[in-house]
Amino acid sequence: MKDSGPSSRRQLLRMSAAVGGGLLARPDRPRAAEDMPSELGAPLGPYGDRSPFEKAVRWRRDTKTPQTGSSFTPLEDSVGTLTPSSLHYERHHSGIPTIDPSRHRLLIHGMVERPLSLSMADIRRLPSVSRIFVLECGGNSGSEWAAKTAPDVQRSHGLASCSEWNGVPLSLVLTEARIRSGAAWVIAEGADACRMERSIPLPKAMDDILLAYGQNGEALRPAQGYPLRLIIPGWEGNANVKWLHSLKLADQPYMARDETAKYTDLMPDGKARLFSYQMEAKSVITFPSGGQTLSSPGLYELTGLAWSGHGRIERVEITTDGGRNWAKALLQEPRLPIAFTRFRLPWRFDGREAVIASRATDESGYVQPTRDALIAVRGTNSAYHYNGIKLWKVHADGTVTNVEV
Amino acid sequence: MVKPSAMVLLAAAALAAQSAKYGVGRPPTEDEIRGLGLAIAPDGTGLPEGSGTAVAGREVFAALCSRCHGDKGEGGIGPPLVGGQGTLATAKPLKTVGSFWPYATTVWDYVNRAMPFDQPGLLKPPQVYAVVAYILNLNGIIGSDQVIDAKSLPKVKMPNRDGFVPDPRPDVGNKTRAKR
Repeated sequence: MKDSGPSSRRQLLRMSAAVGGGLLARPDRPRAAEDMPSELGAPLGPYGDRSPFEKAVRWRRDTKTPQTGSSFTPLEDSVGTLTPSSLHYERHHSGIPTIDPSRHRLLIHGMVERPLSLSMADIRRLPSVSRIFVLECGGNSGSEWAAKTAPDVQRSHGLASCSEWNGVPLSLVLTEARIRSGAAWVIAEGADACRMERSIPLPKAMDDILLAYGQNGEALRPAQGYPLRLIIPGWEGNANVKWLHSLKLADQPYMARDETAKYTDLMPDGKARLFSYQMEAKSVITFPSGGQTLSSPGLYELTGLAWSGHGRIERVEITTDGGRNWAKALLQEPRLPIAFTRFRLPWRFDGREAVIASRATDESGYVQPTRDALIAVRGTNSAYHYNGIKLWKVHADGTVTNVEV
Repeated sequence: MVKPSAMVLLAAAALAAQSAKYGVGRPPTEDEIRGLGLAIAPDGTGLPEGSGTAVAGREVFAALCSRCHGDKGEGGIGPPLVGGQGTLATAKPLKTVGSFWPYATTVWDYVNRAMPFDQPGLLKPPQVYAVVAYILNLNGIIGSDQVIDAKSLPKVKMPNRDGFVPDPRPDVGNKTRAKR
């Protein structure tokens, strides 16, 4: 945990003072049955909070304007495969709008026979589906292009989160609006202050995109696009337009700022890759990872997360000797396509320095590359879509750091 | 009074509703569609009436843009809008409107929808045309008195117009494909 003893001790003291009226002079002392009767717990509540002892929070890089920027999921504290909505990563361009769903409408217009204005109630009447998908920012792990890599997994990989999304297949709504022949793109626009805009190829829109209004069993959080957003399985987060209020069918991509000036990958020859939506296979060890400490030599469970925009994770291998030998990790079932897959491997830390890493292979046969292999092709200025193998160094004293190259 | 255009829409909707599978929603009003008419295509589709020049744009820029982007677009709180031409293939590329953005229509679209940062949507079309003309002029792409409007803007040839390629991935990981 990042929080050290003193603050959690203070927390304990505060709590015991509140509930015990100071009777517990030493709150960490086991209570003997003869000392006192049991204290009643807190009453029931309408909307739950986590334990006050749990401290994991998103990390946010300072920006000149607080309405823009990104906040990172604390993957090192995650267990299982789902990300709590409260810890889902954020990326906003002009703040989080407050939208009354009773006034929100989605317009489907442009090259359709039957332009539609749908209320949220209309959308919720349509046949719905629930799917678990990872969402990853196109800029996730952008830190890793630099020689000075990120010091912990939150900052290196925390722009990825996994949720159950609930909504309506976009194909259903587009079919309802009757697409005109010649339409090839869907121009999606959000209702945030900057009206974030992206162009989506029609074949993908008719394939597996969701108009999502639910996340992890409740309505989307405002930071995740309440009341309606696109969920585009396997594609960079930016294209998954939040606060969605317009879908315009068009015969051409609109070359929005966020698909030309941004989210394009600059290659060493000065050319930039356009419409590079796809996220490729990736994995990272979350324990032990940078900033954590192994308290003593002995047996530990290495664990981490793997995912691919191309489908299921087929295999994850782990090295504990800097890449010389690789062992197959155990994969948590069910392995869902385009979702976090938890992997595990028992490991005995013998008190000697060890460089550890994971390597994912997805069902297409694609193998997660090394950082060197990525840079050999793409250089270090492409900014987006980094999916290289992430190394952690476990030092002899049990501390864990990133590996700078 | 119901306007004729609205009546036509309603009549069309009545016909269309019969053929829809689920029949939810209603036809959008003209106001609703107009309110979402922000999207500008690279061929100029969507550009409104109006025009502007860099000379006019300098005033708008000084009043609303320079506090973040600098007097001459050199950058500040906001990113630089000028410079960087010739740097894309170097170790320190500088991506600006002048060096990187492939379409002038994108500048119009983005200024119109997202700027100024704290008051997006403030600018009227003639002001957007003028500011875009000024930014293009700062980059040496157009002259200071060249009139930018719905016709001329899509014809502006941006320096990096041909600087983009399709996504070739998988370009790396497949080369180390493991035995299955």
